[in-house]
Amino acid sequence: MSPSARPILDLDPTLVRRARTLARRAGRPVVDLARNHTTVSVERATLRLAGLSGADHENVPWVNHLVDAVRGSVGLEHGVTTPVWDALRRDEAPDLLTLAQKASTGGVGFRLPEGREATAARRSSRSAVARGVRMLDRQRRARERLVATVGDAPHTPWVYLIVATGDIHEDIPQAQAAAREGADVIAVIRSTGQSLLDFVPEGATREGYAGTYATQENFRLMRAALDETSRELGRYVRLTNYASGLCMPEIATLAGLERLDMMLNDSMYGILFRDINPIRTFVDQRFSRQVHARAGIIINTGEDNYLTTADAVEAAHTVTVSQLLNEYFAKEAGLEDWQLGLGHAFEIDPEVPDSFRLELAHALLARQLFPKAPLKWMPPTKHMTGDIFRGYLLDGFFNLAGAMTGQSILLVGMMTEAVVTPWLSDRDLALQNVRYVMRAAGGLAEDFHPPRDGFVQNRSREVLAEAVALLERIVDDTSARGTRYPQPLLAAVADGTFGAMRRPPTQGKGLDGVVARDEDYDNPAITLLEEGATR
Amino acid sequence: MTRSSASRERDRTHRHEGQRRMEHALPGELSLREPGPLVRPYGDTTGDGMVQVSFTLPLPHDKRAEAAALQLAARMGMQQALLVHAKAMGPHFTFFVVYGSVTHLVDLREIEVVEREFPLLSSAEVNHAIRTHLSRKLVVVGACIGTDAHTVGIDAILNIKGFAGEKGLEYYREMTVVNLGAQVLVPDLVEASRDARADAVLVSQVVTQKDAHIHNTTAMSAAFREAFPSGQVPLLVVGGPRFEEGSASRLGVDRVFGRGTTPGEVASYLVHELVEPRTARTSAGASR
Repeated sequence: MSPSARPILDLDPTLVRRARTLARRAGRPVVDLARNHTTVSVERATLRLAGLSGADHENVPWVNHLVDAVRGSVGLEHGVTTPVWDALRRDEAPDLLTLAQKASTGGVGFRLPEGREATAARRSSRSAVARGVRMLDRQRRARERLVATVGDAPHTPWVYLIVATGDIHEDIPQAQAAAREGADVIAVIRSTGQSLLDFVPEGATREGYAGTYATQENFRLMRAALDETSRELGRYVRLTNYASGLCMPEIATLAGLERLDMMLNDSMYGILFRDINPIRTFVDQRFSRQVHARAGIIINTGEDNYLTTADAVEAAHTVTVSQLLNEYFAKEAGLEDWQLGLGHAFEIDPEVPDSFRLELAHALLARQLFPKAPLKWMPPTKHMTGDIFRGYLLDGFFNLAGAMTGQSILLVGMMTEAVVTPWLSDRDLALQNVRYVMRAAGGLAEDFHPPRDGFVQNRSREVLAEAVALLERIVDDTSARGTRYPQPLLAAVADGTFGAMRRPPTQGKGLDGVVARDEDYDNPAITLLEEGATR
Repeated sequence: MTRSSASRERDRTHRHEGQRRMEHALPGELSLREPGPLVRPYGDTTGDGMVQVSFTLPLPHDKRAEAAALQLAARMGMQQALLVHAKAMGPHFTFFVVYGSVTHLVDLREIEVVEREFPLLSSAEVNHAIRTHLSRKLVVVGACIGTDAHTVGIDAILNIKGFAGEKGLEYYREMTVVNLGAQVLVPDLVEASRDARADAVLVSQVVTQKDAHIHNTTAMSAAFREAFPSGQVPLLVVGGPRFEEGSASRLGVDRVFGRGTTPGEVASYLVHELVEPRTARTSAGASR
């Protein structure tokens, strides 16, 4: 994907640089915080990389048992791996799984090894976790090989379609049908509420609410089915899921191990819209992004959500701010430009005069600010009224805006948005809409040059200026100075700057799973990911 | 049916079938003179009964599938159904658009509508009523409960931003609004309502898969009734696009609001129920 990146908005390069500098200044203290903490989910993800999987008869995963057992005896501030591999070295159990099973009934005595014993435990844990990291590498190469041999999606924008039956065995034929009808990317929506589960369910699942549970087995089944369809169609069909919620690091890890291709992974979505503790989110997110970077997964950020709660014109600049923050956090974690599926959406009230021109201005601004990023363009949802005929027209205009502004990933809008989960016919009609617009106007980006200082140029500059002003306000906010969490970005999140929701760092779900790291904290996964090492 | 040649002649001179039926309905034929009580759909001519439907059959697109679509249309009460569009969607499905005249009549006399039982007030009137009759702020606690993460509804009613050009309840000077947001557990909602001394609890439910909205609402009302002495339960109000009108008592709540409800309507209702000088709301309380 190589979106055209001609400077057709005349943005002030100094202001653009200033915006990035401010995003870095806002983000850096939060990254430092993330580096000083760990979470139960980061530790569980590390054990998953070392090959621990499965669950007990009550579906409690063994990684949860083991992390809880270690936490209960020596704490997590040193990392879970040192005490675990020390126990294995002391022959508390012949292997990791047996150790987890014994630990679940309190049958293992964990301790904090010192000196040479600590070094030995760390060396063993590193070599166990490295096997998982090499699996991420193998899956990444497998993807590259498949794209090379089978072929890639022939056009941009990639057509992104959602499947959500709740039953993986229903999802599979639907996903394959959607791919045959033209989808380049299949997203399997997660069951409502999974984001608040503090464990990853196990196995193939057949019952979910408004979506299907993200599990390792569901990932594997769907990827295998789409590999088959990719060969049949002669183009690699990408698979998407959600690395968000309380188990973000584990789900990112499972995605890497099972060769998912894109993951929803926003820096602040869980905080704002799921009331997950901010520290938990930033710590989990950094680890999950490091995994995504290594696994060659494209992340999709969730800026569209801001516009569903706030007004899409008034809050346009908050989208830009969030994109800049997401970019900073992503790059800090090692993601490259081609992996940044920054989000934005067509959510302006169609009753607003010039709404389409405003949409074009906002979409072009994102395109110009992030010329190498595969931007994800999200369809209208807020102003879909149930009048499916009007909705179909609105989706047509959404597709047209995507074509005119060179968007990279196009989430296909459904005229039955807000009415039902999409029917087979809804998806077919929606794809006809996309195909018509792309066939008729797919090359329009070439012709579309908004006049100098015209409506579109002025509006995009206005939004950029508002975004810079907001970032300045965030960075200059000293209200939290001297408190336990002086980071200005956390203060901004706490006082309702984003999405009008107040989320203080001392509250929210999953807070009890956050642990401050000790001096001797060790996590071989993070080490391997940061070093780029394989052993 | 027997008709005199004179009347037949007279009917023929009328330009329009609808006009004929307006003036000289045949015995047993629906007269169009009165608008109701019997009504038929309207395409472009009064009484033509025209409707359009679209649907998918799990059949490959061929003659048999088209005939099947027409048979379905006939069984749905569509006379002389016209198959205007048929398209294969993959090898196993066909999508149809069908037009036709339905034989069904709607009898308006059999329809029951819940009319708004309270007067609509402006925000100034709401504030004034609370100030003069309650002499303190009216406390409203709102949440999306259960696994529902769709705060669109509760935010439309509570956030200052509001909905349909009306500002949300946070905008009302005489109201204290506590918006707990998404995925609030029922016990937490009860606790927060107690702490805030809520006069009213507003709950929004968008997700309706497997009747989640019904289960969540009944669980919520049961929890409140358990936790508060009778007569002191806050006013329980639920809203969402899929609630049936008039289902409040079945769900154990005081009022149900449906699609398109504006903040002003909710505010007016709250004033009507909680503020205006009236006999105690014992009867409502008892049914709750």
